Amino acid sequence: MESTDISIWFFIGVLLTIYGAMILGYGLWEIVTGVTANVVLANLHAPIWWGAIMLALGLFYAIRFRPGHEQ
Amino acid sequence: MLDIAITSTQTGSLLSLAKLSLAEGVSSLAHLAPLDIAVIAIYFEMVMWIGFYLKKRANTSEEFFMAGREMTAWIAGLSFVSANLGSLELMGWAGSAYQYGILAAHWYWIGAVPAMLFLGIVMMPFYYVSKTHSVPGYLKMRFGQGSSTVAAFSFAFMTILMSGVNMFSMALVMKVVLGWDITFSIVISSLAVAAYVALGGLRSAIFNEVLQFVLIWGGALLVPILGLIEAHGWTGLKAQIIHNFPTQDYLHMWKGLGHFNDNPMGVHWTGIVFGLGFVISFGYWTTDFLVVQRVLAANSLRSARIAPVIGSFFKMAVPFIVILPGLLALVVLHNPDGSLMHLVGEDVVSAHPGAGLHSYNEVLPLMLVRYCSPGLLGLGITALIAGFMSGMAGNVSAFAAVWTYDIYQPLINKKAPDQHYVAVGRWATILGVVVSIGAAYLVMNAKGIMDYVQALFSFFIAPLLGSILMGMFWKRATKAGGFWGLLVGTVTSISLWAWVKEDPSALRYVAVSANAKDMAENMYRALWCFSITVIVTFVISMFGKARPVAELNGLVYGATKLPKEEPVPFYKNEWYWAAIAVVLFVAINVIFW
Repeated sequence: MESTDISIWFFIGVLLTIYGAMILGYGLWEIVTGVTANVVLANLHAPIWWGAIMLALGLFYAIRFRPGHEQ
Repeated sequence: MLDIAITSTQTGSLLSLAKLSLAEGVSSLAHLAPLDIAVIAIYFEMVMWIGFYLKKRANTSEEFFMAGREMTAWIAGLSFVSANLGSLELMGWAGSAYQYGILAAHWYWIGAVPAMLFLGIVMMPFYYVSKTHSVPGYLKMRFGQGSSTVAAFSFAFMTILMSGVNMFSMALVMKVVLGWDITFSIVISSLAVAAYVALGGLRSAIFNEVLQFVLIWGGALLVPILGLIEAHGWTGLKAQIIHNFPTQDYLHMWKGLGHFNDNPMGVHWTGIVFGLGFVISFGYWTTDFLVVQRVLAANSLRSARIAPVIGSFFKMAVPFIVILPGLLALVVLHNPDGSLMHLVGEDVVSAHPGAGLHSYNEVLPLMLVRYCSPGLLGLGITALIAGFMSGMAGNVSAFAAVWTYDIYQPLINKKAPDQHYVAVGRWATILGVVVSIGAAYLVMNAKGIMDYVQALFSFFIAPLLGSILMGMFWKRATKAGGFWGLLVGTVTSISLWAWVKEDPSALRYVAVSANAKDMAENMYRALWCFSITVIVTFVISMFGKARPVAELNGLVYGATKLPKEEPVPFYKNEWYWAAIAVVLFVAINVIFW
């Protein structure tokens, strides 16, 4: 939102970054400890790649639309 | 949601599912880990942060009710789709896809896309140029206070009632899926919505809707991706569906619509095309202020025109996270003994308590639990909560605008300072939420109301469409014609519904076939009352004196000089993207014919 101090995309970026970090963190913990959740296709380690995608997208939006940054 | 008209079956059956589970003390489907709780809690923190942050940008009525008309096309377009994407819709249509197959996608494609494009390309200039604050506001300018008042009261009443019904249904679903207390769910979600909409007005509602839209995709997209991997791709899925259900056609959208008996929905292609594709869809997407308000907040006419076009692309994609999981469930869900799981209707579940049966509407939670580990499950549940809150925020922000501009200002207090109307809007938001909570508990204690509420909403949509179209595209339409057309159309709709309720055999007249089912009846009733509205408006207008053309500038096609817009590159032109949307729309219908 150009006319607002903080863009909605920044809020979205922050939330995705937090969620991505949490989910990726859990996925890494699964790998390290070898304890996996009892879900189908657990061998694909969805928390790792889904968390990583969310984290990357989140960081992109949070940085690209950070407050005070000229669009 | 195409609200009631389209989700009636889903909402009703979700309600029965929840009531059933409550009565039988069925244990919850999912159990949240601390990580999941943290994901949900962070979401609530974020929406409140947005609300408090935007409070400083909601000081004037234009800012509070219209978000200062500063939204870009992308924001307006995403919000336009998100306000419609409730969680009852997500869960209900996933269940319908399991039950009826890909036929359910009609509600996302022909039941939405043509109307969205029509709104953006054809109707938006009149809404936008007239500078109306609401759809009843447009009727006031075109047909006078009478039509506007009828539309405003019916919209305000139905919006709040619907908000309450959705609130209750969602709380019950949370009870079934997570074991949460009903009052807890209602209070927490309502307080959050009331706070962020009352603080930041429409801008806050729109910001949160965009955020919720991203979350819905982030939380729900993993299910079809993992489901397709498990089913060996689309080809594998089709082969397994045909193998598991050789007598059912779950994979064609149009092939079985030649006769009411040839498809599980009991609909005919005329009902889908004219009832759903035209009257119900156009009625909802072009005249329901809940969605139109989002586009009116756009920062320019071009943005307002292109926003619904952008929305149409996302609407076409929604079946990927709603319909596809339902289809995947047909082949991937298995019982603990390895046999294929067969989901059933609530009536069957209730007839066999303790048998471990699951209903159609549990498809999405079952799929989430199947694939999602801690964190991802919380994200999926957050998507459902976000969907619910975006729908509710849409309802209350639209209610606040209609109450303030179309009821309070013209009928109660005509001349007050701008700050007064902002205060009224804030209180209307809180009042709307409080009344919604009351409606939720009313539904809880009077189970039959649900059936009536679902029919009620469709009473107002089709006549309103007839009235708006006649007003917008026929210069000769008069004030009396507009008023009586709207009133008679509404009364006709209620009468047809009551007729079938009293004498079920009347269905063969109202819905053209005795074999028609609820959805088909809704579609044909909408078609009849739309036609009556148009005919009455036409006949009465022919006997009256039309307004001078000069007075219709900005309101009627052929009498309006549209502002000249700056030329833009083709890839920023609404016609270009609308043409691509049309091609895509035709292509997906042909592919899944």
